[in-house]
Amino acid sequence: MKYLSIAAGLFAATTAVADTPVLTVYTYDSFVSDWGPGPAVEKAFEETCACDLKFVGADDGAALLARVKLEGARTDADIVLGLDTNLTAAARETGLFADHAVSANYAFPLGWNDAQFVPFDWGIFAFVKNADLDAPTDFKALGASDLKIVIQDPRSSTPGLGLLMWVKTAYGDEAQSVWEGLADNIVTVTKGWSESYGMFIEGEADMVLSYTTSPAYHLIAEEDASKDAVKFSEGHYMQIEVAGKLKSTDQDALADQFLAFMVSDAFQSIIPTTNWMYPAVTPADGLPKGFETLVVPDKGLLVASDKVPALREEALAEWLTALSQ
Amino acid sequence: MAYRAVAIKRWPGMVAAALVAAIVLGTLLAVTLRAEAGRGLGPSEWAAIRFTILQAVISAAISVALAVPVARALARRRFFGRRILITLLGAPFILPVIVAVMGLLAVFGRSGVLNVALRWLGLPEMQVYGFHGVVLAHVFFNLPLASRLILQGWQDIPAERFRLAAQLGFGPRDIWRVLERPMLRRVLPGAAAVIFAICLSSFAVALTLGGGPKATTVELAIYQAFRFDFDLGRAALLSCVQILLVGTAALLALRLSGRDSFGAGMDRQLQRWDAQSRALRVTDAACIMLAALFLVLPIGLVLAKGLPGLPQLPVTVWRAAGVSLIVALVSTVLMLVFALPMAVAAAAGRGRLEAAGLLGIAASPLVIGTGLFIVIHPIADPFAFAFPVTAVVNAIMALPFALRIMVPAVRDTVQSYGQLSATLNLSGITWLRLVLIPRIRGTLGFACGLTAAMSMGDLGVIALFADPEHATLPLQMYRLMGAYQLQAAAGAAVLLLVLSFGLFWLMDKGGRGHAEA
Repeated sequence: MKYLSIAAGLFAATTAVADTPVLTVYTYDSFVSDWGPGPAVEKAFEETCACDLKFVGADDGAALLARVKLEGARTDADIVLGLDTNLTAAARETGLFADHAVSANYAFPLGWNDAQFVPFDWGIFAFVKNADLDAPTDFKALGASDLKIVIQDPRSSTPGLGLLMWVKTAYGDEAQSVWEGLADNIVTVTKGWSESYGMFIEGEADMVLSYTTSPAYHLIAEEDASKDAVKFSEGHYMQIEVAGKLKSTDQDALADQFLAFMVSDAFQSIIPTTNWMYPAVTPADGLPKGFETLVVPDKGLLVASDKVPALREEALAEWLTALSQ
Repeated sequence: MAYRAVAIKRWPGMVAAALVAAIVLGTLLAVTLRAEAGRGLGPSEWAAIRFTILQAVISAAISVALAVPVARALARRRFFGRRILITLLGAPFILPVIVAVMGLLAVFGRSGVLNVALRWLGLPEMQVYGFHGVVLAHVFFNLPLASRLILQGWQDIPAERFRLAAQLGFGPRDIWRVLERPMLRRVLPGAAAVIFAICLSSFAVALTLGGGPKATTVELAIYQAFRFDFDLGRAALLSCVQILLVGTAALLALRLSGRDSFGAGMDRQLQRWDAQSRALRVTDAACIMLAALFLVLPIGLVLAKGLPGLPQLPVTVWRAAGVSLIVALVSTVLMLVFALPMAVAAAAGRGRLEAAGLLGIAASPLVIGTGLFIVIHPIADPFAFAFPVTAVVNAIMALPFALRIMVPAVRDTVQSYGQLSATLNLSGITWLRLVLIPRIRGTLGFACGLTAAMSMGDLGVIALFADPEHATLPLQMYRLMGAYQLQAAAGAAVLLLVLSFGLFWLMDKGGRGHAEA
């Protein structure tokens, strides 16, 4: 395997060590893609920090956490950005994350009180449809209708897990019967968000589980007002995405500086039209034009992060039973 | 059997097989050792195992059964465009999963062309999601591979046998009894075993077309164990189950398949006197047309949908395409380094070596990738190894197909030319260069083409290792989809399809050279 090490050497040589400090941030793939917030965030932070901000992408939030667990205290990461409140309990349990000292005036309801993790954006799960479709406005009515929906598998996808928690929080012990009602509406369950959104766009389903902010993409980036989200009367489950500093970081001050930068206007104003989520702190200039057209739920639902693991287990078992019949 | 007397060295093959086994089993061990106490296999995992076996057995059986008439028709007929059609048949197999699923749904989905046609005719719609959808998708993926493997079997019957049969006045039934049935007995079990192994590790296809959690496969359970539960022990356990299943299938296939070859021919142009009746012509034409329609239509729709997206592709996608090409070529070379000696050793009596090759597909890429990550991380930065690791893993994944394609041809060469080679004192590299490689050129090209194309289309382990600057084309395509750029993603799919297929075509053609295959 000699050429293996030669090849490795070649690749290593291209990432020559610079004398400026490097802050390594692990995040999910779509954050660092050309269309994501990554490139703009990197530019903005490097203007202020005299450092090199290096993003490393993993598939999604769950993959990110698995990766940090795998690497343990030897990880090169200084910051992990892109976990959500469904994952923070498991992340905290690793003992790898350090406390933060950031406080901000967060835009989402229900407030924030977490010693290790700082929110950077948030979204609201919703079913997205074509604007001309008349859709039911709660899960039971949806189950009774003959509309077809496509959703993601809670065992492999974070939005899928979000929907699972949404139904569980809204209906508690009744959740399984709600899922039984929905069973014949579900065209199929996909591995991740991309597959199901693609299927919806191709006309395979009337509605897809996504975010209330998805129509904003079509409206702002494509000038296409043909998609909107449905407001459900049970309230909507929220996803708050967070970042945390690792105890093992060798750039302690720089990492703190990044977390503080993360809730500042410079970072937050990039989020809406690149990550297509709500910024955690509304920037001074407000939200981009087009966001005022989005559905705003009457009630935001969220399970406290330490309650998630047990509730997920229970909800997953109900989901599997209801949909496997 | 006289061929044992031939001075063919088996040790390089044994070493290669040992290396493959070490990588696959070593990574599995690394994952197991890293595991904390988990919860073992519960009822939902057992349900997944049962579903996985059931769908894989049925998918393999149907793929192989449908491939026999297709391969027979292609073997018996010569027509304009036959070569292109045979090459095109390789396309579904080398498509990235998500592209293939989108293509299938464009035909069979709720708003696919089939249902549009049915609605127009006033007929009830067809529902694709369900167990039959899983089988349909797997047949779509594997029918071409099965057809190629079986066609290869037909082509390995020397033209002289058909000439003799014609002189003896054999009809189609006699040809079937004396030539074709023994040939199929030799080829079918191996083909079925490989396809069984592919279907076993299916995940996204089975879930999406299966219509929900009823269609949970072992691979999905492994994914869940890794991602959400971080239960490495359970992931390793499930991976062992996969390996056990594939191993059993492989050994069963090796036992069932006859070994004796038809002997050497003079490589004459094949002529068939037995299948000239009108009924047989019509049947063959129908088989070929149906198969071509089933396989080419979804791909055509993917192309049609993606072409407008091509000009929108950002420069990063083109760069990723370059990266993917290099990885694909390196994988192909690595595959040859493993496969050639293993095929020779397997042909020279160590049939079970092929089972070691099958390990490559039996093991979950997620487990291999994670295992390599665990092994590399303490010594070096895994990112530095992203490409070499991807190339090695892709080569190992392609090994079972390469072996299945090459072993019969190598065995024929050893059986037919072994004694002559021994008489001439040919061995080692000289034997390889003068005897083996010219004899197996066609199969070699097919195996290389398949490896390169599979490597192009594979998302596999790169997702575990990649940082933003190091992405392959499939990974960039997923990123485009994740960023709502569906049109550009469709364009990237076309680029991927064209590049994979181009590589496949070049190598496959290069291998055929003089032959008519």
